[in-house]
Parts: sequence; C-alpha cells; structure tokens
Amino acid sequence: MDYKMFLIKYAEIGTKGKNRYVFEEVMCKRMRARLKPLGNFEVRREYGRIYVEAFSEYDFDDVIAALGTIFGIVGICPVKVVEDTSFDNLADEVVSYVKEEYGNKAMTFKVGARRNDKSYPKSSMEINCDVGAAILDAFDLMSVDVHNPDVMINIEVRNVAYIYSKTVPGPGGLPVGTNGKGMVLLSGGIDSPVAAYMIAKRGVEIEAVYFHAPPYTSERAKQKVIDLGNIVSRYSGPIKLHIINFTDIQLAIYDNCPHDELTIIMKRLMYKMAEELALKSDCQCIITGESIGQVSSQTSQSLYVINSAIRELPVFRPCIGLDKQEIIDISEKIGTYETSILPYEDCCTTFVAKHPVTRPKLEQILKSEEELKGKIEELYEKAMNDIQIVHCR
Amino acid sequence: MEVYFDNAATTVVYPEVKELMIKLMEEDYGNPSSFHMKGVKAENYIKEARNQISKHIKCQEKELVFTSGGTESNNLAIIGGALAKRRAGKHIITTGIEHASVRETMEFLSREGFEISYVDVDETGRVDLEHLKSLIRDDTILVSTMYVNNEIGTIEPIADIAEIIHEKNKSALYHVDGVQAFGKLTFSPKKLGVDLFSISGHKIHGPKGSGALYIKDGVHIKPIIYGGGQQKAMRSGTENVPAIAGMGLAADIIYTNHSERIEKIKSIKDSFIEKVTRFEKVFNNSGCAPHIASISFVGVRSEVLLHALEDRGIYVSAGSACSSNKPHASNVLTAIKLPKEQLESTLRFSFSEFNNMDEVDYTLKVIEELLPTLRRYVRK
Repeated sequence: MDYKMFLIKYAEIGTKGKNRYVFEEVMCKRMRARLKPLGNFEVRREYGRIYVEAFSEYDFDDVIAALGTIFGIVGICPVKVVEDTSFDNLADEVVSYVKEEYGNKAMTFKVGARRNDKSYPKSSMEINCDVGAAILDAFDLMSVDVHNPDVMINIEVRNVAYIYSKTVPGPGGLPVGTNGKGMVLLSGGIDSPVAAYMIAKRGVEIEAVYFHAPPYTSERAKQKVIDLGNIVSRYSGPIKLHIINFTDIQLAIYDNCPHDELTIIMKRLMYKMAEELALKSDCQCIITGESIGQVSSQTSQSLYVINSAIRELPVFRPCIGLDKQEIIDISEKIGTYETSILPYEDCCTTFVAKHPVTRPKLEQILKSEEELKGKIEELYEKAMNDIQIVHCR
Repeated sequence: MEVYFDNAATTVVYPEVKELMIKLMEEDYGNPSSFHMKGVKAENYIKEARNQISKHIKCQEKELVFTSGGTESNNLAIIGGALAKRRAGKHIITTGIEHASVRETMEFLSREGFEISYVDVDETGRVDLEHLKSLIRDDTILVSTMYVNNEIGTIEPIADIAEIIHEKNKSALYHVDGVQAFGKLTFSPKKLGVDLFSISGHKIHGPKGSGALYIKDGVHIKPIIYGGGQQKAMRSGTENVPAIAGMGLAADIIYTNHSERIEKIKSIKDSFIEKVTRFEKVFNNSGCAPHIASISFVGVRSEVLLHALEDRGIYVSAGSACSSNKPHASNVLTAIKLPKEQLESTLRFSFSEFNNMDEVDYTLKVIEELLPTLRRYVRK
C-alpha cells in the first residue's frame, strides 16, 4: 500500500506540561533533518499530534528506519489518506484498506472514529457502527470485539479522513537536546558507544572525548572511534569529538608511578581532563561505559578511586549493572558492534600491567600521584591546548 | 619527508601506465568481445599485453590467462589444478610460508577432502628438498610453492624443486606463486620446469586488479569462473582491458634496462641492512630477493615502531600483526623459527626503483632517534 502519511506517537513528552511545546518542536526538527535526504516531507504538529506527510516518492523502509532513530517517538503509524470523506466512499475505502492490510483473516476488530469536523453528518458512534457493519459484510471471518480486539481500526475525519491500524515501534526516550549535554569518554570498545546511546535516549545531547596515544595506538584505532561516533550520531544528532593526544602523559606516568597502578592513575587523569573539557563545553555530566567488575579498573574499589578524580560533575554510567552480553545486545541493535570489535589497540591496553591492582586504596594512589607533581603539569596543559576536533554526523 | 618503503605491499603506478589506462577508459573503452571496430581495438590491447609479458618471461602468448590479480591466479591454479587431477589422487604438497591466497585455498581444499602435506623449510625459509622428496607419492597431484617469500625475501630453488617433482611423479603439477618474483628476477617458467605460474601487476608499478596465470601448453586445469567463455573459457568475464594493458606496459618497462633497475634497488636494500644492523640488538632476517629487507628490532613491538615511523612519514609493514589481546605471530617468521623476542619485533622494508639513498639515511636517522625511547616503554 502507498501511504501518504505517518502518524507519530510519543508518550513521555505528553507529560511534560508547559515544556511540551519545546519537546515536540525539538523532535520535529530532528525528524525534518533525518527525512530530508529521503524525499519531500512535511512534518507538522496539529491537534496535539505529529504528522509526517509525503509530497514525493519515497522508500517506506528507509523512512521507517530514519524515524526509528529519533528519540521521543514510541510508534509510527502508516496512514491511508482519503480525500472524499462522504460516508459511502469512506466506508468503501476502509474496506479496501482492511482487505489490503489483513485479507479475509480470522480476527476480531474494533473501529475507533474521531471527528474534528463536527458538521460531519454522522457522529463518532455512528461511524463506528456503520463502518464496522461494512467490514463485517465484506469479510465473513472477521468479528467485532470492543473490549479486546486483535486490530484497532482508527478513523479520523477532518477535511480529509485518515485511516490507520498498525504501529511500528519507535525507540522511545526523549528528544535529544531537551535534557542538556554530556561528555562521553569514547574508547573504541563495545561499552562506551552503548553508554552514549543510552544517555542520548534520555534527551541528552552528546559530545565525546577520545584519548589517542600514537605510536602506541594507530590511526586506524582513531578512525574506528570516529566511525563509532558517526554511528551513534544517527541517533543522538551531531557529536563533537575531542581527540586528546595522551602519549606524553602516559609515558610520564610510566616513568614515575608503580606499574600496577598505571591504569588507575591514567584513568584518573582522563577523568580530570574530561571534566575540564566538559565544563568548558557547557556539559552537565560525564558519561562512561563502565560496568562493575568487567575489568580490573572497574571493580567497586577502582571505580571509587577513579571517580574521586572528578570534582563536581556527576558521572553517568548507564551500563553499570549490565552484563557484557546485555551490552553487546544493545550494541548489535544500534549497529556499533561490528565496528567496536575491530582489533585495534586502545591506549588503556598498551602498557597494562600483567597483574594490575584490583583493590586500589585512594591514599596509596594519591601518594603515587605525588611523584607526578612538577613533571606533568606542562604536558597536561599542552594536551589540553592541542585538541583535535572531529564532527561526527 | 615522505618515504614509501612498502613496495612489496603495492607500488606506485608508472606514469606511462597511468596515461595508457586513462586513454583506455576515455577513448578505447570497447568490449574485446564486440564484433565492431571498438571491440577489435580493445582486443588488440590485450594481444599487446600478452606479447609484452610473454617476451619477458619467455613463454607463448597463449600460455597466459589474465586474472584480477595474484590471489585469483593462485586460486585458479590450485583449485583448477586440483579439480582437473582429482581422479588421479587427492594429495597436495605446499609449504608453511605461503601467502594467504595459497594457504587459505589449501585449507579450503582440505575441507573438501583433499589431503595437504606441508614441506619443511630451513631457518632461511628455503624448502627442504630431501623432505620434499619423501613427501611426493603416486597420488600426489599438485605441488605449490612460492618463488620469493613476501615477508623475508627468500628465493626458493624452483628449478631443483621442479626436477624432484617431475622425477618422482610425472603427472603431478607444479604451481609457483611468483608474485614477488615477477619484475624482480629474470626467469622463464618453462625453463624452470613449472606448470602453473602466478604473477601480479600492482607489485611492478602496474594497476591493482591485474594479474595473470601462466598455464604451460598442454597442461589442463578447470576454470573456477564460468560465464561468457572469454579467454578460451579459462576465465570468463569481460576482460579488464585497462588493467591488462597497464600490467603489460608495466612489465615491458620494468624488464627494460632491468639489471640497472634491480641493481639500484638491491644497493638500497644492502646499504639499509648494513647500516641498520649496526644499531644495538637489530637483526637481519632477509633473503636474497633484491627488494625485501626483514629486520628485527628486539625490545620494540613491531606495530608501535611502524606507527612511530609513520608519524615521521615513513611507511613500512609489520612482519607480524600482534595485538595485546590476540598474539598472532606471522606464519613465515614462526616457520623459520625466529626467537620469540624477534617474532613480535620484526618489520619489513621493501624497496622500488623510485627510492633513493637519501630516504635510507633519513629512515636510519629516525630509527636511531626512536629506538631508545621505544625500548624504554614496554609492557611489564
């Protein structure tokens, strides 16, 4: 069937009171941007609903996929538009719609009509009854169930009539940009892109930071992170990716601190840099892909010690209670998995000790960090002043 | 300064080759199978390429089948040879130091019910002839070895291998992967006693996607690609005329004043090896091929040195691909029994006629600067 229109369902936005207008408008803007390359579409808000109308040929699956990346949408209903709303024609069109969508299937249905046009000769109840009768006449295997129907056939009568009954699930969540901005630490692994996705889903705009350590990590490792940023940006909208050259800092830690504490101290510095960058970029939170116990630097003790490097911002860790497989499932769903598993070294594994500490003590780590004083400040400044920016979109 | 020392991976295309290929895409773009004049013209370019290649490797023009490159040539020779001979036996012999396009094809045939034996190589990568003798049986149908090893540059004793094979089993086919030899050595498959010989265009300043298989007159193998019956049905598919013509011209250029070109490359290689091994704990694993130097920098992971060199504009290959999670040492370096500390610290420098001594000096200077730092920071 050729659908000229889609009805967009959204749930949580509806509860946001006076902000509702803002939320809807943000979502519409995202929809327009995503649909632009796919054809000529109009996205409009009317009577508390959002409609997408097509004014050109388009590929149905592409449109569903594009709308499926927009947080805030819980359902996409393909709508048949009927120009001639005279009742006999409307009833015929509904019957032909049902035939095309369901054939003569054994199923129960209910007709739910709404009319915005109060001058329409039939009331909503009358439309329900009379269209229901027309369907029963046309399909002998169908029956009516007004309490628990298999299929709900919706009819909206205004200057034209809309018919719809099917809903393709959307991603849910809140429109990106309605909940501030966060800085995600993107490593190139499986977890951090998933974390970015999950927080973006709650309406948070995303910026990202990647720590590059040439020659210990390669150009390909960097490209992989950019590729991951591009994939996540399909959902989150454009991501500004900050690439920090971390090599000299890493080597300074290597030279001055106990080897088994290297990863912890390195991560503390990354957190510190990420927070500084986040504050400069007007972010209100830091996002990481950590999950308790996954590696030595993600034990509760390690997370406590690493987190202590943060001064004010909250750190959001949406994967914290997920098992690896659960994280993988999400990464497969959002399309980052294949890229994440490409085998390029990241800077966390370059010098990782054979037996890194798993239960670091904060005082001990702070003591070890004393050794960096006077040796690292300049390197830190240089790294922060020399950031490469890539725009993922 | 940009230094390209990765010429065993691929090479820059000769300017003359580029010009010819543009002409073939813009003007003489006909399909060689077409009956009209444009088709005939295209066909003539293929004939010309056949002539250019055959005169330098001293074979008949009809003994060449053009392919999409070395990988396809190796697949065609091995799968096509095995299928044609499968009634005579199912035993195939190869070495443990072959290129992936031979190694993986052998693995495929092994899964399809063929029996694959691997002949030993010595610590320089040369095939153990006595071992080979003991492996050849009455039901051996195919032997495949490379001519020049792509990682370390060993030159295999092809004529000796061929003699042993044909002495012990008259009907067994001998296939040689000559991709790294073509354009570097002067040879004739026929004189060497080889039945099937693979060559590639992009290693000799020709285009990627070009290659050929020499099939000795009278030797029958099965095609592996079916279709319109081009190239006497041995390799269906419209001929890639620009690539074929480009490869022919590249072969003609590289084999003109050949000894001068090779002398130059060899002197670069020799000078580089002589100087780089003066550094502490740097070892040479290279064979006799004029263009390949395999060097171990003990105490530095090859991947890290590769990226550090890249940062200074020097492009080389890692002899092995090691990552922290999945140590995956190179088959070749393992087969020649390099000590473990060398396995993960070996780089390949490969040269062409477009390189010069200044590039060698620059590279040596960079390596000298890098080694102390890189050796200091290692995983503990």
